[in-house]
Amino acid sequence: MNSERTDLPIETMDLQMGPSHPATHGTIKFNLKLEGEKVLDCDVEVGYLHRGFAKSCEQATWTQVIPYTDRLNYASPLINNVGYAMAVEKLIGLEITPRCQYIRVIMSELSRIFDHLTCCGMTASELGAITAGFYMLEAREILMRIIEAVCGARLTVTYVRIGGVKHDLPYGFAGDIERAFRIVRKLLSDCDRLLSRNRIFLDRMSGVGTISEEMAIAYGLTGPLLRSTGVRYDVRKAHPYLVYDQLDFEVPLGTKGDNYDRFVVRIQEIEQSVRIVEQALKKIPPGPVTVDDPRFVLPEKERVHGSIEGLMHHFKIIMEGIKVPPGEVYFAVEGGNGELGFYIVSDGSGKPYRIRVRPPSFIAMSAFHEMVKGCMVADLIPTFGMINMIGGECDR
Amino acid sequence: MKRVEEMGLWERLYFPEVLRGLWVTGCRFWRNLIVHTLHLFGLAKDIQAAITVQYPDERLAYPETFRGRHRLTLHDDGSAKCTACFLCATACPAECIYIEAGEYPDNPVEKYPVRYEIDTLRCIYCGFCVEACPCDAIRMDTGVHPANWGFSRQDFVENKELLMDRSRQLQAKGREGLYEEHVRRYQHV
Ligand code: SF4
Ligand code: SF4
Repeated sequence: MNSERTDLPIETMDLQMGPSHPATHGTIKFNLKLEGEKVLDCDVEVGYLHRGFAKSCEQATWTQVIPYTDRLNYASPLINNVGYAMAVEKLIGLEITPRCQYIRVIMSELSRIFDHLTCCGMTASELGAITAGFYMLEAREILMRIIEAVCGARLTVTYVRIGGVKHDLPYGFAGDIERAFRIVRKLLSDCDRLLSRNRIFLDRMSGVGTISEEMAIAYGLTGPLLRSTGVRYDVRKAHPYLVYDQLDFEVPLGTKGDNYDRFVVRIQEIEQSVRIVEQALKKIPPGPVTVDDPRFVLPEKERVHGSIEGLMHHFKIIMEGIKVPPGEVYFAVEGGNGELGFYIVSDGSGKPYRIRVRPPSFIAMSAFHEMVKGCMVADLIPTFGMINMIGGECDR
Repeated sequence: MKRVEEMGLWERLYFPEVLRGLWVTGCRFWRNLIVHTLHLFGLAKDIQAAITVQYPDERLAYPETFRGRHRLTLHDDGSAKCTACFLCATACPAECIYIEAGEYPDNPVEKYPVRYEIDTLRCIYCGFCVEACPCDAIRMDTGVHPANWGFSRQDFVENKELLMDRSRQLQAKGREGLYEEHVRRYQHV
């Protein structure tokens, strides 16, 4: 019996996983080279959700691009909104109002919590801990209702405008947030009790999908993926934008760069984001939420209805679009998955000449083969899960 | 949450952690079960049981800012406020508003829309049309979510009459009434 077994041919097998494999949330294909269960190589094919974001933007006015950015990383649409609007504002040289800066920070951090909850919850449920996954979804739902009350939609928020935000926070927002955070903290501590010392979870996550510090930097990884290897790089700290330099928060770091580190970093970042929102709510000043600059911001409705100047100015902005001075600019914000950058070129007309997004998860997918080399096939799932590839952002 | 560096005896044993997990989920289960039972008898309504909403029997109210189905607002005499200025159609990123302008024979100042159609299959409910309208002629404050079934593409094209009628309905029945009617259509399918 034994002699036959040793004679089994050992040759590599090619396996195609995807494009719509049930455990890969997002349409993506892995061309695997396997030796038994061991992954020798993994070739990632992306692009199944390509919608021509960059090209569509060239047909739209600067304002009309905002709904498109909602649909990039649809786990945290508000951060995309903020990133895009701030890139345009940087090109214009527009300084937004203090209240608006705080609102943008609050909404970005809520979105970041969303993103991390989605990522951690889905990964946990793919590893069988579906209860923890549902607890995180519950936390997400509670925050989602707040987002809906602010923006008017749950996912397709379209909340940020160039030069401000659409409207102010609703009445009673601070109280809602406080109540929601109490529940979220409770749910997270339940998840912590379910997962953090759970041997099955530890066995599946710890030491899997490891990437070294040098490799992570060489591939240009950012966000939780990079910080899990111990590199202290967070756009909010390295190049502070909005009012992040006035708020007190820490950048959680990992040590090994494996999936477990990524998970812990993300959970700790949720705690930090909660802290940021609480501080921002204490400090938020009253005042207008849009800048008073008739070249870029629509006038208030009363002025449109009541005065001929207001009406003309309104018509001009809508018919011709905002005129952004010619030039090019790169601006990055810290998205849920890493550095989310917008590179925009303007030729001085009402429409963008070129918009290019630096999507963090696209770059993370380019390093995926490094992470899974030598792992088992089953380890692909948590590794992919912790990257939190979002099709809309990766494929654009 | 902290990283557990080395699995100690506690983690290796499986059992204590299994029991702890059962305790966590058990607490939640019994709490939800009890609260749901109380709700059944009409008690403790202000305590939230499980987060799931038993739609369409129960529902959450939409917030004030919610962008729902469109309506064309009306003058006091019942005609549409819209002056066919095309600003909404220009601002719309989905290019889903179709307007045909006409002139009143006796009014040289204003135009009116002969046709005003929104293709809701293309509409992304961004609200730019509402922002763009200079005379408050279009609004999305009906508090009703978009229709999501129909038998042909034409069922999703909302024309001027429908949009104006929605304003009248809203005035007559209020948001709740409008929503009830909307949901009742589903229950009859
Ligand atoms: S909501 Fe947006 S997509 Fe829909 S009709 Fe209005 S502008 Fe167009
Ligand atoms: S709805 Fe408003 S923006 Fe659109 S055509 Fe009529 S008046 Fe103009």
